[in-house]
Amino acid sequence: MAYPANYKYTKEHEWISVEGTTGTVGITDYAQSSLGDIVFVELPKVGDVLEAGKTFGSVESVKAVSDLYAPVSGTVTAINEELKDAPERVNADANATWMLKLELKDATELDKLLSAADYEKFVSEETGH
Amino acid sequence: MAEMTVTLRKTALNATHRAHKAKMVDFGGWDMPVEYSGLVAEHMAVRTGVGLFDVSHMGDIQFRGPGSLAAVQRLCMNDASKLAVGQAHYSAMLDPDGCFVDDVVVHKLSDNDYLIVINAGTREKDVAWVRKTVGHMPSIHISDYSDMYTQLAIQGPKAQATLQKLTDTDLGAIKNYHFRWGKVCGLYNVMIARTGYTGEDGFEIYIPSDEPTSGRVWGEVLAAGAEFGILPCGLGARNTLRLEAAMALYGHEISDTINVFEAGLGRYAKLDKAVDFVGREALEAIEAAGGPQRKLVGLEMIERGIGRDGYPVCALSGEKIGAITSGSPAPFLKKNIALAYVPAQHAGLDEVVAVEIRGQLVKARVVPTPFYKRTKKTA
Repeated sequence: MAYPANYKYTKEHEWISVEGTTGTVGITDYAQSSLGDIVFVELPKVGDVLEAGKTFGSVESVKAVSDLYAPVSGTVTAINEELKDAPERVNADANATWMLKLELKDATELDKLLSAADYEKFVSEETGH
Repeated sequence: MAEMTVTLRKTALNATHRAHKAKMVDFGGWDMPVEYSGLVAEHMAVRTGVGLFDVSHMGDIQFRGPGSLAAVQRLCMNDASKLAVGQAHYSAMLDPDGCFVDDVVVHKLSDNDYLIVINAGTREKDVAWVRKTVGHMPSIHISDYSDMYTQLAIQGPKAQATLQKLTDTDLGAIKNYHFRWGKVCGLYNVMIARTGYTGEDGFEIYIPSDEPTSGRVWGEVLAAGAEFGILPCGLGARNTLRLEAAMALYGHEISDTINVFEAGLGRYAKLDKAVDFVGREALEAIEAAGGPQRKLVGLEMIERGIGRDGYPVCALSGEKIGAITSGSPAPFLKKNIALAYVPAQHAGLDEVVAVEIRGQLVKARVVPTPFYKRTKKTA
């Protein structure tokens, strides 16, 4: 299955997995597939404060640029440095290739996100397949 | 919210593209593959091996009769009287301001028979323009054959080796921008042209546009190219390939608000040819006034960032001076490149400008075009 059931999803095609109060964020397989060959991932710095629903960076493929949206609010605790030199890893495995980790501000924000099943339904409606 | 229902036009290969899981997009009203296995892989296949494109959305207008040459000469800026039978050249139809109705490739099929290949997005406009401009001229029959052909582009250093397996016509004898008719995949009288839009060697073939024939030939070309790693390619790779080669795309580098000299295509405008063409007076006036105020230049990003279509180009002071017409990472060159219009005084080589990328000024340098030029081999 393309969308792990233990992740939560945004309508802007990010995923978040949560352990304790730490969230790990990436983009979905649908997002990487739509973008195609990814050449550039722009991420915030450790310590930056993200607000749910606001942009925190961007991902660029050969053909397009797309903003990244924070699934939840929080403070960035780590970014995936590997993506600076190897952004194509996102294409290779979007579910396993995280972009940043953050300390959640308010865990109840997770309730507003989509489940894997809801996200899959959302994508199929969006693409008309 | 009311949903718009738009019926996209389809080529005869639409079902084939969908069956092979191509990613489809609306391209100028056409449901076309943007990529198959991936844009970069497809781009590299064309630069190093061979790739296959469905370009059936392109249009074809044929002129027949003793008045054909006069009509083509009136319509198009290049000098078609210089073409030999079996030869083609790049040209353009201009409006009276010297701006582009469309850029075209003119093929001389016989002494009284010319075929011009036009862009997909401008088909209806072009046909109407042709009829309005030369429809009244004597001894000419104009036909819109756009839907009669499936046009396939086989492009790359292994294009000849691939296509040669499917035809007994000696492809090595066809020079660049020349064409012949031959048997391809068992089909008689197929036009085989050594043309393309990738900056690479290659061929374009024109076959009947019925679905079974189109699908069969598509499959046979892929099978013939398998040993060279052929990939079916989408419009995404077609765009990055033509951008590396700095070839103009209608609606980007050329349009009805951009004139020939601005676009740097003056070498194709034969102001002194025997037949007056639409747009000539305007071009002469521009030339007399000292040339164009703005020019199309190649940019290479110096700092990290990708300039894309429509992004403003600024002087280092931050003042907006122009805009990018096409910009992308260049998969083969591995640089971020763009074509942009800037005032003539900023168009000199090595001039450093800035591209405004989502609020940030990112430095770029004016570089020679084409960005990529293939090394000519004696095949």
